[in-house]
Amino acid sequence: MDPIGGWLWLSLFGLGLFHGLNPAMGWLFAVGLGLQEGRAGAVVSAMWPITIGHAAAIAVAAFVTILLGYILPTDMLLALTGIALLLFSGWRWLSRFRHPRTRFRASPWELAWWSFLMATAHGAGMMVTPLLTVMAPAAHAMHGDHHHHAPALTDSMLEATLAVVVHTAGMLAAMAGIALVVYWLVGLEILRQAWINTDLIWVAVLAMTGAIALGLGVWNMVSGSLI
Amino acid sequence: MSIWRPDPTFYPSPRMATKAPPETLAYVVRLNPNGNGQADAMCVVDVDPQSSTYSKVVGVTEMPYTGGELHHFGWNACSSMLCPNAPHPHVERRYLVVPDIRSSHITILDIKSDPTKPAVVKVIEPDELFERTGYARPHTVHCGPDGIYISALGNPDGEGPGGIFILDHDTFEVLGRWEIDRGDQYLHYDFWWHLGYDTLITSEWGTPRMVEHGVLGEELLAGKYGHRIHLWDLHRRRHVQTLDLGAEHQMALELRPAHDPTKAYGFLNSVVSLKDLSASIWLWYRQNGSWKLQKVIEIPAEPASEDQLPDILKPFKAVPPLVTDINLTVDDRFLYVSCWGTGELRQYDVTDPFNPRLTGTLQIGGIVRRAGHPAASGPLNGGPQMVEVSRDGRRIYFTNSLYLPWDAQFYPDGIRSWMVKVDADPQGGMRFDPNFFVDFGDQRAHQIRLQGGDASSDSYCFP
Repeated sequence: MDPIGGWLWLSLFGLGLFHGLNPAMGWLFAVGLGLQEGRAGAVVSAMWPITIGHAAAIAVAAFVTILLGYILPTDMLLALTGIALLLFSGWRWLSRFRHPRTRFRASPWELAWWSFLMATAHGAGMMVTPLLTVMAPAAHAMHGDHHHHAPALTDSMLEATLAVVVHTAGMLAAMAGIALVVYWLVGLEILRQAWINTDLIWVAVLAMTGAIALGLGVWNMVSGSLI
Repeated sequence: MSIWRPDPTFYPSPRMATKAPPETLAYVVRLNPNGNGQADAMCVVDVDPQSSTYSKVVGVTEMPYTGGELHHFGWNACSSMLCPNAPHPHVERRYLVVPDIRSSHITILDIKSDPTKPAVVKVIEPDELFERTGYARPHTVHCGPDGIYISALGNPDGEGPGGIFILDHDTFEVLGRWEIDRGDQYLHYDFWWHLGYDTLITSEWGTPRMVEHGVLGEELLAGKYGHRIHLWDLHRRRHVQTLDLGAEHQMALELRPAHDPTKAYGFLNSVVSLKDLSASIWLWYRQNGSWKLQKVIEIPAEPASEDQLPDILKPFKAVPPLVTDINLTVDDRFLYVSCWGTGELRQYDVTDPFNPRLTGTLQIGGIVRRAGHPAASGPLNGGPQMVEVSRDGRRIYFTNSLYLPWDAQFYPDGIRSWMVKVDADPQGGMRFDPNFFVDFGDQRAHQIRLQGGDASSDSYCFP
């Protein structure tokens, strides 16, 4: 695998870890249900629907990006995702934001739907889109194709699916790790100190990613037109 | 966009909340019974024994309107913000939400910049409340995971149904009625919830018409005051079950569910029995997927001669205990019971909720007893009423007035109002703090809230 492609996959996994660490993405919910029922099995069984919901949110973003990739040149799409990310983070920063909610003793379906809404509302999917945008051309660069021809649809879909799986694996790894460590070892006292305002961090990351995507996209378009 | 770490007064579990530092300030509403145009007020009482102003009122903020009656109040945010299904941990516990049970105003006080000088930041006018919810006479306030819940006794015309409405956490806008399907619920009073079971509970007093001119003897004897509690699906906002104490047990008031979210039980007080004027405490609990109710404590009336009694009680030749408030410690171990009629505060060990054990009794005030206090020899009138417990369960505070129209019936010579503090032994037993006696004079003190939270302010999603 070439260095750029490898770096992209690693970043996808890393963003998954980052999402999984956020208490609002589900690990805390899993711990809560485990404590309510008094068994670690409940922590684990809550994680599957949460994971599926998160994966679905990422999948929506991934497939929309892939489809747009068929209509728009890569650089323009990159710039557009940058703009979308900046607008989204601006909205999150300025407007009053209410988290989706569900019942505490949520059924697996309710948990999955809640997780999907939480990930979507926090911009988890959007955070991944710039990576997905550059991914397809990077894969083609491996084959010496510098003209960014659109790959076959099935290949793209396969790649998007793989991207969702890699990201979600990261998310699940982080969620499972922290949920079980908190459930068995650390206890919830840690929340009082360690639950920093992840919303603020996320908005900052979203804005930063947006700025980089927009900058790269515009730079590539400008420098491309010069050649 | 809010703060960086969770508010330090939020605790994931009641177990952790019991280790909270002792409170240094108490907020107490003070109402003016004289009808002379002076506004009701929020008082700040120094409860730090190390302070030179211990047991003194160190701040007073008057309401920006007159003609009402302050009663209960609550916080904008509390430990339920940490609930994982609707997490909002980065808001601050800094506003007191103060409804007026007579005029239907809701006043928002900010205590952040100077906790001894609550500042009025917003007043919700009665018309706005009426228009948005159809409810009037707001009563209990609880900070929910997704908004501020407030109960109301009835509608603007003084009839029912009473119910719950929601205020926005951030803007304090009235969002509307909470109930989607109220089933057979009509009367309202208190409410709280079992967050671990997505269940809300409501109790019954009477419509505004039935309570605002004193207790109506005929309707009381006919068993028309509330005697049921209702269980609701907290998430779907639908009525699921009614539990009936029986019409002889009149006025089902304060609801004190276990703080531990894994425990599905709680305590409720019924003020008076038509059979023998006794008062009772009831336990609701969940068994095999449905809720049940049983009486666990009965406190008998005490015989008295006619000349010692107010008109309303003369025919009965007895003074009823009139249990008007109860409070459960954060560790769910002790239940405090106010007998406003006989002038007693009782402490029960409820480790086994089905078999409460009386572990302490203190006497002060009372219709007949008029007992004194180490710092005020008496006679004192009024009786233990609004009772609040510190998070660690070591300190209990209470005041002695109930509700103006009812005060006048049971204590017709007028109540001289006070607030006292009790030190509780963690193993059971209690005694008055001889250095704590706040004299409110001819003004009346009602609900107490402790800075940072207390036993009836916070709910928890983790055990």
